[in-house]
Amino acid sequence: MAETRYMTVNMGPQHPATHGVLRLLLELDGEYIVKTTPIIGHLHRGVEKLAEERTYHQFIPFTDRLDYTAGMNNNMAYVMAVEKLLGIEVPKRAQYIRVVLAELQRIAAHLIWLGTHALDIGAMTVLFYTFRERETVINILEHVSGARLTPSYMRIGGLAADVPENFETLVMDFVEKFPEYIDGYETLLTENPIWLQRTKGVGILSKEDALSFGVTGPVLRGSGVKWDIRRKFPYSSYEDFDFEIPVGTVGDVYDRYKVRLEEMRQSNRIIKQAITNMPSGDVIADDPKISLPPKENVYKDIDALIRHFKIASSGFEVPEGEVFFSAENPKGELGFYVVSDGSNMPFRIKIRNPSYFNLAALPKMIEGCLIADVVTVIGSIDIVLGEIDK
Amino acid sequence: MALLIESVVKVIVVFGIFMGCVAYMTLLERKVLGRVQVRFGPNRVGPFGLWQPIADGIKAFFKEDLIPANADKPIFILAPMITVASALCLIAVIPFGDKITLFGHTIYLRITDLDVGILYLFAFASIGEYGVVLGGWASGNKYGVIGAMRAAAQMISYELALSLSVIGVIMISGSLSLSVIVEKQAHMWNVVYQPFAFIFYMVCALAEINRTPFDMPEAEAELACGYNIEYSSMKFALFFMGEYAHLVVVCAVATTLFLGGWQGPFLPGVLWFLIKTFVLVFFCIWERGTFPRLRYDQIMHFGWKILLPLTLANVVVTAIVMAL
Repeated sequence: MAETRYMTVNMGPQHPATHGVLRLLLELDGEYIVKTTPIIGHLHRGVEKLAEERTYHQFIPFTDRLDYTAGMNNNMAYVMAVEKLLGIEVPKRAQYIRVVLAELQRIAAHLIWLGTHALDIGAMTVLFYTFRERETVINILEHVSGARLTPSYMRIGGLAADVPENFETLVMDFVEKFPEYIDGYETLLTENPIWLQRTKGVGILSKEDALSFGVTGPVLRGSGVKWDIRRKFPYSSYEDFDFEIPVGTVGDVYDRYKVRLEEMRQSNRIIKQAITNMPSGDVIADDPKISLPPKENVYKDIDALIRHFKIASSGFEVPEGEVFFSAENPKGELGFYVVSDGSNMPFRIKIRNPSYFNLAALPKMIEGCLIADVVTVIGSIDIVLGEIDK
Repeated sequence: MALLIESVVKVIVVFGIFMGCVAYMTLLERKVLGRVQVRFGPNRVGPFGLWQPIADGIKAFFKEDLIPANADKPIFILAPMITVASALCLIAVIPFGDKITLFGHTIYLRITDLDVGILYLFAFASIGEYGVVLGGWASGNKYGVIGAMRAAAQMISYELALSLSVIGVIMISGSLSLSVIVEKQAHMWNVVYQPFAFIFYMVCALAEINRTPFDMPEAEAELACGYNIEYSSMKFALFFMGEYAHLVVVCAVATTLFLGGWQGPFLPGVLWFLIKTFVLVFFCIWERGTFPRLRYDQIMHFGWKILLPLTLANVVVTAIVMAL
């Protein structure tokens, strides 16, 4: 009798549904998955090492390129880690603007997720609808920061500049209309029998497994754990806003889908509150050692010129010490562990990248599933390889 | 002699129009899908993108034709031909109009009128599946093989239900000839007597031609195109043509069996036939823009455990009603 072997299929790194350059080694028994081995590293750029050769400000653009669907959130997590180490207070207005931008970016990231997730399951039309709304968000972010994908807009101590004049109207226009659009996506998917068949009971991650794998963000909440950094350890004035934390019950693909849809609604609420109660004032901490002086002073005032030159050329010294700060990103908990030796460059930066931990739970989730479920589950954990490979 | 000339002319004309329809199906699909998806679809080549199918055809011809090293070469080359040829053969028995008189000579608007037209249709439709199965198998690619296996399983399962769904029509008409079936619908379309059979037929037909939500063999998200993954150039285009030809034929058959074929008031029969077929084709494109894809096991489950019993029940009920 011939020996029975499983079929080994290599899925990715060039595959339409592995969301970037993820490579999966699948062992198949017919259409069923016996074993999955994720292979990562195709997008490794050595971001953590590069940080050691740069001043604290120079590292901000690198954070944009971690989870490239959520540049603002990455900026924010990093600058707040350094701010924590420096012990500086960010002006209230800057905090509120950061919240607005972070939540807008969260909506944009979730829209990409929804579109590609639906596309993976075969509903291609949703992609175009979500990208239409995302375009509005990205245009706002571009209007503010000058870049669509890689804003690098936040600075240690605040923001690069105040928002443009019509920012609030643009955001409010979007916020007013957006809930209707979410309802539109729901009519296409939420009660569609095919969508339910494809997502309900697929890729179940139990509460215990979710906790032991260290998954965070919507994946953790989909499994029924009410954990949100914005609520547990409020940062950047999140304690001022009223919002719900959606949780799932079963921990399947459908629960994660519902959680993310609800998160978009809640982000919308937060933005609305932040814009309505937007305080006035400065957008960067008034600390001459850290923040650049106003540009007009640089032209007129020798002290300001020297200060500008000093900060722009060699940055600033950060007191010796270490700090861990994490923020709630669209994908989960993004943490920065910064160690300073007292110089103007970090001694070590360790990034706690949420997608990495979420991916670790993938083999567990798709054990015994079919090939079609692999792409469904990959879509539902919403990974970005730029972040996993760093 | 006159008969031979008539036949040859009819074959050429029908073939030409049919191929034209198939080519423009691609444009129609892209245009309609574009509109569904808040974009324009092709509009660069010619007015409204009308030359797009021609440009695509030329491009496909001039692309490099790759055959993978570990492919089964003869079968690899044969497979797309089987698909497209069988789909083209199907159009031969479909009556697309009544007779017309030209120079004192009566011409029936169909290529041939087989007594067992429906059997012929199913036979050739099944041959078309060989193209998909062999193509996936012969390309020496694991994704291709998985696609081919899916295609084999899916098509065999759905062929049963497809055949059963038209039994009711055959019972009512008492004939396997498509022209007789059309003539019997002069007063009332079969869809009125057999509404469920019509729905079952359309569902099975979508599965038979691998369209969303049953596009398992090529599921681009998971299998990265499935059975045609290794095909390039004109071979790929042939698969594509076969698929669209099959779609048009399936809708034409639905028109013939359920919607009264070319029958209709005021307008000429051919026009009625085209309008009805177009409506069905439009439906097939429209639903593609709306539905997600089913999973392989769910498709099998649906085919064997839901559709098959339902179509059987439909046959039984039809028989009982007719016996009364």
